[in-house]
Amino acid sequence: MTAALGNVASLAARAGGSVVRQVRSALDPSSARPAGAAQPASGWLVVTVFREPSEIDTAKPPLAEFGEQIEIRVRPAADGKGTEVAARRRDRQSSGTAASRLSGSDPQADLRSALRRAKQLIEVGEVLAVDPAPHGERTPTPGGTLLEMWTRVAPKAGVR
Amino acid sequence: MKAVTWRGVNEIGVEDVPEPTILNSHDVIVEVGLSATCGSDLHLMGGYIPAMRAGDVLGHEFMGTVAEVGSGVTKHRVGDRVVVVSFIGCGQCWYCRQGLWSLCDNGNPNPGITEALWGQSIGGCYGYSHALGGWAGSHARYIRVPYADQGAFAIPDGVSDDRALFASDAAPTGWTGAHQAEVRPGDVVAVWGAGGVGQMAARAAMIMGAERVVVIDRYDNRLEQVRTHIGAETLDYEEVNVPAELREMTGGRGPDVCIEAVGMEAHHPGPQYLYDQVKQQMRLQTDRPTAVREAIYACRKGGTVFTLGVFAGLVDKFPLGAVMNKALTLRGAQQHGHRYIPEILDLMGRDEVRTEHLATHVMPLDDGPEGYRMFKEKEDGCVRAVFRPGG
Repeated sequence: MTAALGNVASLAARAGGSVVRQVRSALDPSSARPAGAAQPASGWLVVTVFREPSEIDTAKPPLAEFGEQIEIRVRPAADGKGTEVAARRRDRQSSGTAASRLSGSDPQADLRSALRRAKQLIEVGEVLAVDPAPHGERTPTPGGTLLEMWTRVAPKAGVR
Repeated sequence: MKAVTWRGVNEIGVEDVPEPTILNSHDVIVEVGLSATCGSDLHLMGGYIPAMRAGDVLGHEFMGTVAEVGSGVTKHRVGDRVVVVSFIGCGQCWYCRQGLWSLCDNGNPNPGITEALWGQSIGGCYGYSHALGGWAGSHARYIRVPYADQGAFAIPDGVSDDRALFASDAAPTGWTGAHQAEVRPGDVVAVWGAGGVGQMAARAAMIMGAERVVVIDRYDNRLEQVRTHIGAETLDYEEVNVPAELREMTGGRGPDVCIEAVGMEAHHPGPQYLYDQVKQQMRLQTDRPTAVREAIYACRKGGTVFTLGVFAGLVDKFPLGAVMNKALTLRGAQQHGHRYIPEILDLMGRDEVRTEHLATHVMPLDDGPEGYRMFKEKEDGCVRAVFRPGG
C-alpha cells in the first residue's frame, strides 16, 4: 500500500469510526454521555411556572401521585419569570434515548407529563385537551402510521 | 358536518366529520362564517411539513358566530360575532404575558414534535398539523376554540365579515413582522411577497411611520393590489434586479428593515432557484430560503431582517457571514396576534386597514379542492380562496 493510499484508508477509518460513534450516541446516549442525551447530569427535570413560589403546591396531583418515588425542588426563577419546579426520580433512571422516546418507552415520560400538567393546572387551572378532535377518514399510510406513533408520545414531552 | 380535509400530498378532500364539543371550561364553539386559505397551507398541502394525517381538517384564518360557551368563559356569549386568532395561547404563562403569544407554553398538546425539531415547543395553531397541536381547522361548519377569552375577539359593528376575517391571521402576522422588526418613523422598509401577509406587513409598516415601503413579487395582480389598496410601492423581481433597485431607492444604503413574507417555497428567476429546488426535493434541505438570502444581502448595514414566512427546518447556503459582518439583526416569529388584533379591528373600523380585496374567490366548502388548486396555481388572479361553510 502506498503512503497516499494509506492516508486515504486512515481517513476513511476515522470517518467511519466517527459515524459509528454518532449513531451509537443517538441510539444509546449512555455510551457517549453518562447522563443521557437530553438529561442534565443532576437528573432534574424542570419547568418554570409563571407564579410566585408561595402559589406552588407540589403536594397535589399529578406530582403527588409519585409519592416517595421522586424528590421535588422549588425555587424562584431569575428576573421575575416565575418559579422553577424541578423533579427527579430517586432511583435516578436515565432519560432514555431518542428511540425510546419515539417508541413510548422513555422511563421519564410520565414524570415529564406530570410536570407539564402541574404547570398547566397552576397557571391555567385545567389541562388542555385536544382529543377528540373532528377529523375525516384516517386512511392508513406509512407516514401517517409514523406520525400517529409520534403523536401518542408527543404529549409526554414539553419538559427537558 | 362537512369539512375540507387534507387527504395526502396535494390531495384535498371534502368529508363528513363529527361536530366539535366543549372539552375545557374555557372553550367556545364557533359557527364559522368565513374561513380563508393561507399561503402557509400550501406547505402542508405539498407535504413540506410532514406532520399531517389523512383526514385532518384544514384552515386557521376564520371568523364566525359564537354557538356554545364553556362554563369558564367570561367575555363571550352565544350569538357574538367574533374573529379568532390562528394561534392558541393560554394568556397565563410567561410568554403570553410578555406578548409573545405564539410561544405559549400551554397551547400545544403535542409538544414533543416541535421540541424534537426546534429544541423547544411553541404554541398551537388551528388546522396546522400535529406538530402544532393536532387542532381541527376552520374549514368546517363549527370549530372548537380553546382559551376563548384570550383568542376570540368581538368584531365591532362597523367592520364587515369579509374585512374582519383577515384580522385572524394575515393582518396580525403582518403587524407582528413590522412591530417585532421595530419599524420606526422614517425607515425604508422592503417586503418580499405580496400575498395577504406581505400586504399587511407593508400596511403595518406604513402605519408605524415608515417613510417608504416597497413590496416585491412577480404577480401583476398582487402588485396592483399593493399599489391600489395598500398604497406602497412595488418591484417585479422578474423585471428588475431587486437589490440594485433597492440600493438606488435608498441612496446606496439598502432598506432599514427587510421583511420576508414568502416562506419555505420561495421562487427566484436565477440559478439558485434550481439549486434550492433540487436540494429540497431530495430532502437535503427542508426549506428554500431564496428570499431570505436576498433580504440579507439587500439590507443596510446594521439593519433588521425579519423572517415572517413559514420555515420548517434546515436551509443550505445561509449567508451567516453577511449577517455577522453587516451587524444585522435577524428575527422571526409566528404571529403574536392577540396583542395586535384589538388595534387592527379599530383601524379596520376607521378604514385605515382594508382587506376585502384579498378574498378574490369566495366559495362553499364543497369547492374546497378546487379553491386550493386555484390558490396554489394563482389561477384567475386568486390571491385567497375563502370558504363560506353556510353556503
